[in-house]
Amino acid sequence: MSLTTPSEPGPPPAPEAGPSAGGAANGPSNDAPPRPPFAQDWRRIARMGAIGAIGQIFISLSNMPVKLDGRAIIEGVLSLGYLSLVVLPLAAGSRVGHQLRREGVPFHRPGAHEVIGGAACGALVGGGLSLLAILIANFDLREPLVNWSPILADLLAFNRGTAFAVLIWLAIGAAVGAAGGLLRVVPPAARRVLSTMVLTLFGAAVLESLTTDLAEGMGIEGLIEWFYAPRGGLTITGAIALAAGSGVLAFVARGRVKGAKARIDALEGPARNRAHLGLIMATAAVLVILPMFAGKLTNELLANVGLFVLLALGLNIVVGLAGILDLGYVAFFAVGSYSAAVLTAATSPKIHPELPWFVALIGVVVLTGLVGLFIGAPVIRMRGDYLAIVTLGFGEIIRLLFLSDWLSGWFGGSQGITNIPGAEIFGLAEVAGTDPRSVFYLVLAFCAIAIYVSWRLERSRIGRAWMAVREDETVAEAMGINTVNVKLLAFVVGAVLGSFSGAIFSAKVGSVFPASFLILVSIVILVVVIFGGMGNIVGVIAGSAVLIGVLGGPKQPGLLAEFSEFKLLIYGALLVWMMLARPEGLIPSVRRTRELHQEELAQDAWLRGQTEDEQDEGQP
Amino acid sequence: MDEGAPPSGAPRPRLLRPRTRVDWFLTVIRVAVLIVLAVGFMAFIAQEINPDNPFARWANPDATGLTGAQFRGLVISGIAQGSMYGLIALGYSMVYGVLGFINFAHGEVFMVGAMTGMITSNKLADVGLWESNFIGSLVFIVVVSIIVSSLTAVVMERVAYRPLRGAPRLIPLITSIGVSFFLQNASVVLLGPASKSYPNVPDWVKAKHTFLQIEGAKILVIVVAALSMAALWYYVDRTKTGKAMRAVAEDAEIASLMGIDVNRTIVKVFAVGGAMAGMAGILWGILFRSVIHTTGFLPGIKAFSAAVVGGIGHLGGAMAGGLSIGVAESVGPLLILEPLGVSGVSQLRDAVAFSMLIIVLLVRPAGLFGERLPAEDRA
Repeated sequence: MSLTTPSEPGPPPAPEAGPSAGGAANGPSNDAPPRPPFAQDWRRIARMGAIGAIGQIFISLSNMPVKLDGRAIIEGVLSLGYLSLVVLPLAAGSRVGHQLRREGVPFHRPGAHEVIGGAACGALVGGGLSLLAILIANFDLREPLVNWSPILADLLAFNRGTAFAVLIWLAIGAAVGAAGGLLRVVPPAARRVLSTMVLTLFGAAVLESLTTDLAEGMGIEGLIEWFYAPRGGLTITGAIALAAGSGVLAFVARGRVKGAKARIDALEGPARNRAHLGLIMATAAVLVILPMFAGKLTNELLANVGLFVLLALGLNIVVGLAGILDLGYVAFFAVGSYSAAVLTAATSPKIHPELPWFVALIGVVVLTGLVGLFIGAPVIRMRGDYLAIVTLGFGEIIRLLFLSDWLSGWFGGSQGITNIPGAEIFGLAEVAGTDPRSVFYLVLAFCAIAIYVSWRLERSRIGRAWMAVREDETVAEAMGINTVNVKLLAFVVGAVLGSFSGAIFSAKVGSVFPASFLILVSIVILVVVIFGGMGNIVGVIAGSAVLIGVLGGPKQPGLLAEFSEFKLLIYGALLVWMMLARPEGLIPSVRRTRELHQEELAQDAWLRGQTEDEQDEGQP
Repeated sequence: MDEGAPPSGAPRPRLLRPRTRVDWFLTVIRVAVLIVLAVGFMAFIAQEINPDNPFARWANPDATGLTGAQFRGLVISGIAQGSMYGLIALGYSMVYGVLGFINFAHGEVFMVGAMTGMITSNKLADVGLWESNFIGSLVFIVVVSIIVSSLTAVVMERVAYRPLRGAPRLIPLITSIGVSFFLQNASVVLLGPASKSYPNVPDWVKAKHTFLQIEGAKILVIVVAALSMAALWYYVDRTKTGKAMRAVAEDAEIASLMGIDVNRTIVKVFAVGGAMAGMAGILWGILFRSVIHTTGFLPGIKAFSAAVVGGIGHLGGAMAGGLSIGVAESVGPLLILEPLGVSGVSQLRDAVAFSMLIIVLLVRPAGLFGERLPAEDRA
């Protein structure tokens, strides 16, 4: 679509590829002379530096560095807290070195210019912390700002006084910013190896509890003890070994992963199906075998992720396929939980048939389907944005009804329903919260069903109708699709999938309270779906695994339990950032990407002054 | 679903045109809602006439009806809250009119205003100005809070919404949900999760006045809201900037051809909406004397309902919608639900407000005054 596009048109860039890895250094630019190092666009640097500095101050005052300092990435060298303070200078330094590439406008070979610009910008960003250190030393704003504390000042100053803090953060900012600028200079291959190494280290540190747990289950603690320090974090030797190993691996495997993926994509007919089936079987096998070695905490985490995968798959049908923005999705989760609780628990206030879980599930499905129909029918004809707010209203109404004294005779009001028995699977096993492994297997089974249903639906006549409605309702109607029925069906299918999750949730936790069904659950599920990639099953699963697994759900802790105070903040920021930078999500669905980037496809992108990164994303 | 296409020729009245099962279902819901409202209202009237008559006792044997003073009290607090909803609703309405999307984060701008007021007033109380010169301090915190909340709204527009101009309509809506979530939780991490209180207000604000037995705070709220509304009306209807705003709302492209700086006008719309929300935040603080990070959520949703009730894009409508939502949620539960035998009705206030939104959108989506939308959104 444009002349500057590098020779590899294929799939959009890898998810890790932020603004720093858009292939800025390839193309015809290498013939051009580098820019003189000090002819910087100082205004741009100052602006980005100021924004970054404000960001740094915000991060510090949000107490993130102090709270996260307890979590070591590399023992004695770097903690997650300090990591949170170097991300912005790095991003700013790299961003400053980013050349806007337009067709016909000469651009320069990256060189010292980028590094110096990055360093200047990074120093400004770091200077935000210097400023904060001075302010904390001289003023007391603890009254409104709860984290304005000596602890923060000590952390910023490495316990060495304010003057040291001022200098060290300018220096750190400049160094990290220069490193960010350097990212623009090094060739893409080296950048790829480098980013693989960094991601491996970070991933290994994040996954620490998971890997330790698994290693204990498999009896290879010795190896793990070599990698991880006793108090958490990678050991220095372990980190070096990991970095070297992953670097070598990335160097050897360069281009091969992409090539393998391209080969699978190029397959057609039965061969393709066989390849996909093989991949799915392998994943399934791992997921079935893994929990056997894992301890309670890991299984608990997996079960939580699974519950959210189930919810996200349901919402994916509503939002991703049919394009109905349902902000009250938690209502179906709530109805599923409550109806399962009422049907199975002996302690349910009004009626307590004490059905076995699987029999109750039929009732749950019927009830949720009816509720979905009842909520869906009035709203389905509304405009998209009105519909969003009204479903949000319904979500709140349902929670308020469960909470109210009026219906407390049925649902126990704020006391909820407690002592819900676990799910008994045909007399074979008992699934309850005390045994998270069994919960995980149950969730896995339902996820498999949900995946199969979504996958078949997506490729069915109904699925195509949903996508047609999503893309253009008027045209879809003109094509003979009964839009109302089709949308209503999506709503109900989504509701039923959500109710499965609710039913498992009540059996897992053993009690249901209205407080578990706040609106923020809906929003978190929406973030998961959007982050993963609306309309793409794999994307949605990956989204839940990354977000719920690492950051944690609304009430469930994730791998980075230190983030619990900040995860909602991060979810909000992530939602905005995804919408601005990559609305199609982490793993986009091809069709959805085309829709979102229609304009770029329709027009010559360079006429609109698009940067190369964005053009790449716009490619089908 | 079976009888296919809409009838050609002259359109028949809406209720007589049920085409699908969904239409039938909707009609049933509409009728059911009307019956519930009517029965509840009639039972209430029956109670008021004579608490012992059988119709009044039919659903709720304990019902006693309301005394005149209770009823007046409810209406007045409804009007006071409703005027705040109206102020917030103006922001929704203006942004919707100009950009055609729901700025979900507008409720959070209101919260930011209330928080700013809390911080400033507590600082003023620390130095003793709050007690000694209440009116002056009030003006001061209003100014500060208006500046801060306008700034929040403008930054929000610049960072989150401007890059999305022209994107499909749901994308800015989702973004604004993210902004709202972010602002709420930013308040948690910066200011702490606990609920925070405004300093004590002077006695004349708390006391009930001889005039209709209304609390001073409520009079203050109503008067200030009316003044702000009048100022806004003047700004939008009489000044040149206001004219530019209306032109951009009508058709941004043509407006830019007429020499109007569309971006700047949109920024002004956000700033004015933010100022109104900041004002409402202060009034909220004076009336309820406590704020928490979730303060913005429910009033935000209710204000959006108010904007829809009044016809979105319509300023007078936003105020009228705010007042009617406020009165309805304060009187509605006791008027309709209590006589029907629903217990614990005050817990259902919010549910009533949401139901009102749903009912309005079901019955008359264009709102009471009809909506004013940019050309491409009129469908």
